[in-house]
Amino acid sequence: MLEKALTGSRRYWGWIFFLLAVSGVGFIFYLRQFAYGLGITGMSRDVSWGLYIGQFTFLVGVAASAVMLVIPYYLHDFKKFGKIVILGEFLAVAAVVMCMLFIMADMGQPMRVMNLVLHPSPKSIMFWDAIVLNGYLLLNIVIGWNTLEADRKEVPPPTWLKPLIYLSIPWAISIHTVTAFLYAGLPGRPFWLSAIMAARFLASAFAAGPALLIILALIVRKLTKFDPGKEPIQALGKIVTYAIIASTFFLGLEVFTAFYSQIPGHMASFKYLYAGLDGVGKLVPMMWLSTILAVVAIILLVNPNTRKNESILAFACVAAFISLWIDKGFGLIVGGFVPNPFERVTEYWPTLPETIITIGVWAIGLLVLTVLYKVAISIREAQLESGSDTH
Amino acid sequence: MSISRRDFLKLAGISSLGIGFSATDLLWENRAEAIDYMSSPKGLTAKRWAMVVDLRKFKTEEDYSRVIDICHHIHNVPDFGNLKDEVKWIWTDTFEHVFPFQKNEYLPEGVQEKKAVLFCNHCDNPPCVRVCPTQATFKRKDGIVAQDYHRCIGCRFCMAACPFGSRSFNWRDPRPFIKRLNPEFPTRTKGVVEKCNFCVERLAKGLKPACVEVSNGGLIFGDLSDPESEVRKILSKHYSLRRKAELGTRPSVFYIIGGDEDA
Repeated sequence: MLEKALTGSRRYWGWIFFLLAVSGVGFIFYLRQFAYGLGITGMSRDVSWGLYIGQFTFLVGVAASAVMLVIPYYLHDFKKFGKIVILGEFLAVAAVVMCMLFIMADMGQPMRVMNLVLHPSPKSIMFWDAIVLNGYLLLNIVIGWNTLEADRKEVPPPTWLKPLIYLSIPWAISIHTVTAFLYAGLPGRPFWLSAIMAARFLASAFAAGPALLIILALIVRKLTKFDPGKEPIQALGKIVTYAIIASTFFLGLEVFTAFYSQIPGHMASFKYLYAGLDGVGKLVPMMWLSTILAVVAIILLVNPNTRKNESILAFACVAAFISLWIDKGFGLIVGGFVPNPFERVTEYWPTLPETIITIGVWAIGLLVLTVLYKVAISIREAQLESGSDTH
Repeated sequence: MSISRRDFLKLAGISSLGIGFSATDLLWENRAEAIDYMSSPKGLTAKRWAMVVDLRKFKTEEDYSRVIDICHHIHNVPDFGNLKDEVKWIWTDTFEHVFPFQKNEYLPEGVQEKKAVLFCNHCDNPPCVRVCPTQATFKRKDGIVAQDYHRCIGCRFCMAACPFGSRSFNWRDPRPFIKRLNPEFPTRTKGVVEKCNFCVERLAKGLKPACVEVSNGGLIFGDLSDPESEVRKILSKHYSLRRKAELGTRPSVFYIIGGDEDA
């Protein structure tokens, strides 16, 4: 099936080479980082995780959100998702690949990565995160590939696949829960030390992931002969609506606990992010942009009239995606480190090389996504031509 | 039945005498290695090493810089001259920043601004050890939280987990920034985490930590599990504080603040 990614229009190849070029530039900057050290980034002793780990955290959520298609289709027999489940599964594959690349980019000694395997440490949440992420990647490749192949041959998927599909559901929940546990179990970081962290992660993931999927589905419709369909997109829109409301609600719960309890350590990071602390607040405009975009997205999504208009829906999804990206891919990580354990404020801002490396990883992710989508869409297009639409 | 490695090697060595020289040579090599691993009879040992910082003894800037400088020199701690790349094993901060939960504007004069000496707390329940995905940081039998610079992958999970900001990361190659190289102690490479090691290399030779030695009695080091030790004696006589004890990490560093006749 992979051969389908090797034939395409000029536009397809133009896009592929564009992504290759961007990731190539990112790689050149990565080599600079590799030689110089992580000092090339904006991170410091006080803010020791930044953009890379933020992207990792955010993208684990995007990966997990494939379950929002798998559950309705496989557990509730929601047939309308039949044609686009594959788009969710392949998005998950691309997202997990990016997660792994961001972890590699963030490692001080990437050549020692196998120490994770040589010295397995079950007490470390990172040990479990490595297991669940690798497992999830494998599950989605196997499931996505085999269902697609069966589709192409117009036969039902092999029976051994069903248990794997069912397994992928709790597994998707697990990847984001474990990722939240990386943060939620640390004693000295009150901003992260919250029981609702995993739930909040899942809620924001189930908003950001499907929002991205809607945008991708609309692009696919525009550029190819395959139409993901109006109804599946609307169904996804409802999922985004519920999830972004839940996500915002959970954030509100955090704010309540911090500010009604008046415990200084619990309030400090929120103050830094939304108002500034000790006279500095580089993230304040971004955090308010995130808030405004979330409110706009919720208003447009809750109202059925605006949600049903696909252009407005697309706009709302872009707003939701950017809002949640700022919240989780940036603010959540940096906020946890500010103020530092001495109640002093050290600010963080990504450097140019760090930003270019980040864009490079996204380009690789988009490349993986493009190739996988090309395969899936070519098969859907062939089905249309032969008129043998099985769904 | 258990048999110590040394006994086993002795036994094996004797029984191999009849086998031939090549076999004995092989075992002899192993035996040399076994001796390397045994602690020196001169070494200081304890069940749980601990430090008492008697801040009453720190009066001048020099009292602070003396302990910092000796540590950073003998451990080849680089000085980058900027906050962003900073690596430090011992440093200071004021009372209100070190003990945020104890700050109180009505404390005796000078206490809020009093500088405390800071290093790794060598917690009895260390979160950094719990989170490390490769066991590059680990707790020794004597309570010291150590760091293996050769195993560390530089993920910095330990830095996020430490509630005391005790850990530093080598954001770039530290070697050009070591002012005066001490050939007795390893230098580090970029991309690994490091911190105070309670001078394990000195304890093994029967010496107390370097900072203790030059502190003029401001730093007291000893075995917390031994009621007769110097640290236990001083802790039983003076009220002491530990940083963020409410987090349950059980720090092994205690602070006597003073300020007045034994506040």
